Amino acid sequence: MYDFKYQLANSQDDAVSAQSSAEDGSFLAGGMTLIPTLKQRLAQPSDLVDLSGISDLIGVSAEGDSVTIGSMTTHAEVASSEIVSSKIPALAALAGNIGDPQVRNRGTIGGSIANNDPAADYPAACVALNATIITNNRKIPADNFFTGLFETALEDGELITAVTFPIPDKAAYAKFPNPASRYAIVGVMVAHTGGETRAAVTGASDSGVFRSSEIENALGDNLDSSAAKAVSISADGLNNDIHASSEYRAHLVSIMASRAATAAG
Amino acid sequence: MTETNIGAPIKRVEDKRFLTGRGRYTDDLNQPNQLYACILRSPHAHANLKKVDVSQAKAAPGVIDIFTGSDMAADEVGSLPCGWQIHSKDGSPMHEPGHPPMAVTKVRHVGDQVAIVIAETKSQARDALDIIEVDYEVLPAAINMDEALSGKALVHDDVPNNMCFDWEIGDKEATENSFSDAHKVVSIELVNNRLIPNAMEPRAAVAQYDPSNGNYTLHTTTQNPHVIRLLMGAFVLQIPEHKLRIISHDVGGGFGSKIFHYAEEAILTWASAKVSQPIKWTAERSESFVTDAHGRDHETKAELALDKDGKFLGLRVSTKANIGAYLSTFGSSVPTYLYGTLLAGVYKTPAIYCEVKTVFTNTVPVDAYRGAGRPECTYLLERLVNKAAKETGIDPVEIRRINMIQPDQFPYQTPVALQYDVGDYPRAFETALKASDYEGFSSRRKSSEDNGKKRGIGISTYIEACGIAPSAVAGALGARAGLYESAQVRVHPTGSVTLYTGTHNHGQGHETTFAQIVSDTLGVSIDQVEVSHGDTGEVQFGMGTYGSRSLAVGGPAVLKACNKIIEKSKKIAAHILEASVDDIDFKDGVYSISGTDRELAFGEVSLAAYVPHNYPIEELEPGLDENAFYDPLNFSFPAGCHICEVEIDPETGEVEITDFTAVDDIGRVINPMIVEGQVQGGLAQGIGQALMEGCVYDNEGQLLTGSYMDYTMPRADNLPNLNVSTESVLGASNPLEVKGVGEVGSIGAPPAVINAILDALSSLGVEDISMPASPSKVWQAIHNAQ
Amino acid sequence: MPTVSMTVNGESVSSEVEPRTLLVQYLRENLGLTGTHVGCDTSQCGACVVHVNGKSAKSCTMLAVQAEGSEVSTIEGLADGDTLHPMQEAFRENHGLQCGFCTPGMVMSAIDLVQTNSDPSEHDVREWLEGNLCRCTGYHNIVKSILAGAKAMQG
Repeated sequence: MYDFKYQLANSQDDAVSAQSSAEDGSFLAGGMTLIPTLKQRLAQPSDLVDLSGISDLIGVSAEGDSVTIGSMTTHAEVASSEIVSSKIPALAALAGNIGDPQVRNRGTIGGSIANNDPAADYPAACVALNATIITNNRKIPADNFFTGLFETALEDGELITAVTFPIPDKAAYAKFPNPASRYAIVGVMVAHTGGETRAAVTGASDSGVFRSSEIENALGDNLDSSAAKAVSISADGLNNDIHASSEYRAHLVSIMASRAATAAG
Repeated sequence: MTETNIGAPIKRVEDKRFLTGRGRYTDDLNQPNQLYACILRSPHAHANLKKVDVSQAKAAPGVIDIFTGSDMAADEVGSLPCGWQIHSKDGSPMHEPGHPPMAVTKVRHVGDQVAIVIAETKSQARDALDIIEVDYEVLPAAINMDEALSGKALVHDDVPNNMCFDWEIGDKEATENSFSDAHKVVSIELVNNRLIPNAMEPRAAVAQYDPSNGNYTLHTTTQNPHVIRLLMGAFVLQIPEHKLRIISHDVGGGFGSKIFHYAEEAILTWASAKVSQPIKWTAERSESFVTDAHGRDHETKAELALDKDGKFLGLRVSTKANIGAYLSTFGSSVPTYLYGTLLAGVYKTPAIYCEVKTVFTNTVPVDAYRGAGRPECTYLLERLVNKAAKETGIDPVEIRRINMIQPDQFPYQTPVALQYDVGDYPRAFETALKASDYEGFSSRRKSSEDNGKKRGIGISTYIEACGIAPSAVAGALGARAGLYESAQVRVHPTGSVTLYTGTHNHGQGHETTFAQIVSDTLGVSIDQVEVSHGDTGEVQFGMGTYGSRSLAVGGPAVLKACNKIIEKSKKIAAHILEASVDDIDFKDGVYSISGTDRELAFGEVSLAAYVPHNYPIEELEPGLDENAFYDPLNFSFPAGCHICEVEIDPETGEVEITDFTAVDDIGRVINPMIVEGQVQGGLAQGIGQALMEGCVYDNEGQLLTGSYMDYTMPRADNLPNLNVSTESVLGASNPLEVKGVGEVGSIGAPPAVINAILDALSSLGVEDISMPASPSKVWQAIHNAQ
Repeated sequence: MPTVSMTVNGESVSSEVEPRTLLVQYLRENLGLTGTHVGCDTSQCGACVVHVNGKSAKSCTMLAVQAEGSEVSTIEGLADGDTLHPMQEAFRENHGLQCGFCTPGMVMSAIDLVQTNSDPSEHDVREWLEGNLCRCTGYHNIVKSILAGAKAMQG
């Protein structure tokens, strides 16, 4: 790890000003991706601004037809939240299956989506559930948030404060994990919310999460699992690596979509 | 039987320190004034080292000094030696190119050592690595074996076509004849996938030089400290044994990868004298991936000749074995004498011929990894037998039954040099069939099919040779060391005992098993026995732990030393009891005159040995401390049968192991709890090889599986509960009647798994699959067959 | 250099550290608590698992400064004098360890499992161990140990 300066922020304002006054400051959320990256000397921030002391970034609340999760809420807290489990059980299940227990104890929803790893789980949930990402100065629809490989619509110094998920009628997530890393080779979140069916795919494409209109059309309003299975997805543009060919990933998109649809009931 | 006797499952005495965080692993140790080292490694698979400029890095904060291969060469530091010389078919000795601890003119694999930075803190050493300037002239690399054998890129300029040696075993002519007489010939081509051992403790070393007396001490993560002392002292650094102490207390797993003498050990020891301060180095896991010797990596074509009844007539094997960029300590013995000599398996194949071309490539050196040669042999044989069953239409169980060596055929001379001492292969085989409910498989298959899954069952039998070996035999085959073991039993005045063993415990439970042997033989309670190992300053001598040799070779040495203690102490007892030594009985720690109630306790006699007031001083020295060396009479031959059952999801290619049954003949069992643990652990590594693990290099020699993000390690949810049992025939080659258990799992498991997968998929037309049978590969095989 | 203060195994500790110091380095090098191990550099092996405020965490993926004000417990703090914690005892009884290197992380992780799920099934245990690698045991006896340890912790 290269050396850096460390600051513990006590408020959102504190965090934003500390980051902006640093030469090359990074926010530190749970650190589950950032710290391994630093250890491998793949990043060299001048300052780390630790968000863990900002209490208003932590917690889950339900209001009307949506659930809002503070950005520093851990995966374990989301997985065990009574609100999430009762309103969006698919999201609680997804959070309870991210990484391993130790990652879930420290990793946060804000950290995960700000990082936008192309094989992470949360981006699929955000897109399929049509979430809104709330930052310190605006609200960004999930469809506009994830812009590419490890890239998001966040501007330098912009801080995610919460994510709001509309409560779906039906939803489920199915993941086929990479045997080594256990990240998604393909993960598909399907959801039916207020008359709209969405299917968001993670892991398959190196530009990150995407919606599959073929799958969505096949699923229809009833989330028809056999129709999803029958969809033939093109392998063009999908990842091809030592763990899975693009053809295999294409095939798994249909299979995982179908399984998610079955699970959504 | 008392609770500590041989055969009892007593709890391990070493556990408490591990469970309370008080193990003494190398990285846990620190010395006063210790410095820290980081090693600069080649990012290229093959390059000329034109210039290494350390001037800027030397001025970095905290840096004490930086050394390169040229500095070591200037001190005439030697080459890392290979411990086994193989001769090619034509009688010429293998090519043994130099292996400098740090590269001097050329780097030959990603990870090859270029420079060592020594600094006050580890972070400072690591920071300084980044500012060393190296001018590499990148050369074309030889990565896969065919490419290497074409000789376009030479790993070593003086090794034509990168061929280290071209070895053979068996009777070529007899084997050719068996094929001309054959009713049927079955052939197979397969790859034994390259593996990365991944003991959980990364390698580490702490070296220290004492300028006041010229003594060196090296704490290192090794399985055989005396071997390291000999190799490094005599061949690399020219330090005589009495000036060099190697200490290896607790080691976090080895599986073969910590047998070898590694460059870092020599670099640190040498550098500790240069800076006159202790130096510590601990590998990052990413360094382990590119420096710990890898395992397996064979490409083989094999053919089996059968008569009209399915009896095996002959076996012909041609193998290419990747040996990596340099000859590692035992790299040459693994694809030869640990491989070709086992090709009879448990079968009566009368004629066998095997040739092995061993190839240098620009990859990490390849050496022994759990099983070492025997898994490669077993995999090809058991895949071939299954293929023969399929092509002849004989059931896989039946074809094995009709070819198996029978219990009345021992000693059994194979056509590939070994003579099996004793065994009962049909017994383990039939037991395994019952234990796995082989008969009931078809109904389980049906219920899987009803759920859209494919189910298969696969058998593997195996034999292995361990307890390597009679030194004279090994020497005749090219070993440059003896392969005996040593033990010292020191009875203290009050009757407690310290056993010094030359074997090394890095998880196998020797502190318990060996204490059981001492306790049982001398009749002292196990808490009165302490086992010491891993320190050349304390232990008289030893060859260490590998090849399942500790109990088979080290155990008899312990027994022998105990018997010397008994022999001497009986004389002392006879003197005190005023009886003839012939009339003294020794049982359960009590000396008595036969047929009387006159007796002495073990403690009384040991006290007399150290307080020799009433003592036969004219014929006997005081003290009770005996040393023994044991050289085995033969290899020992564990054998067994493993049966694997899998369920495959044809939509995703995911393979679930639903059941795994292992029935092993490992000779006498000293501690069944430890034995089961050894088998279970070996099975996990064997299943890992079959389903998950595989080392992948790209064409430029970059390791694509260089971390746990890409190298698949078996995890708890990949494995089922394992149905493990023993069906032992007592060993005939050593007085403890043991055979060895450490490697059986990793030898037997891979072909059982793959045979099960092919059984499951045969209805879909899949005829072959390579290891590791990852979901993507299984799906692709199904997809291609349709 | 910033000063970090925390409670480790019930004792208050305070030291100056570089911000880049990992919690595991702080435990091993500053405090001499070498029972917590480092087996990888990608946060996967779990040899470094400790408890931070009662929850299991990988101490190789946490800065020491992030543990400011926290209660940290390590393998060294589990036993009560000569009496092993029920989970430690279960590992000993069931031969749940061989080389011992992964063991501290396994035990710390297992205790967190039982605190989260007091009556885990074999399946729960195997899933929970996703973040803990063992190369020696094949997990068979680790799973057995944790199931026994879970029962003992309830009793």
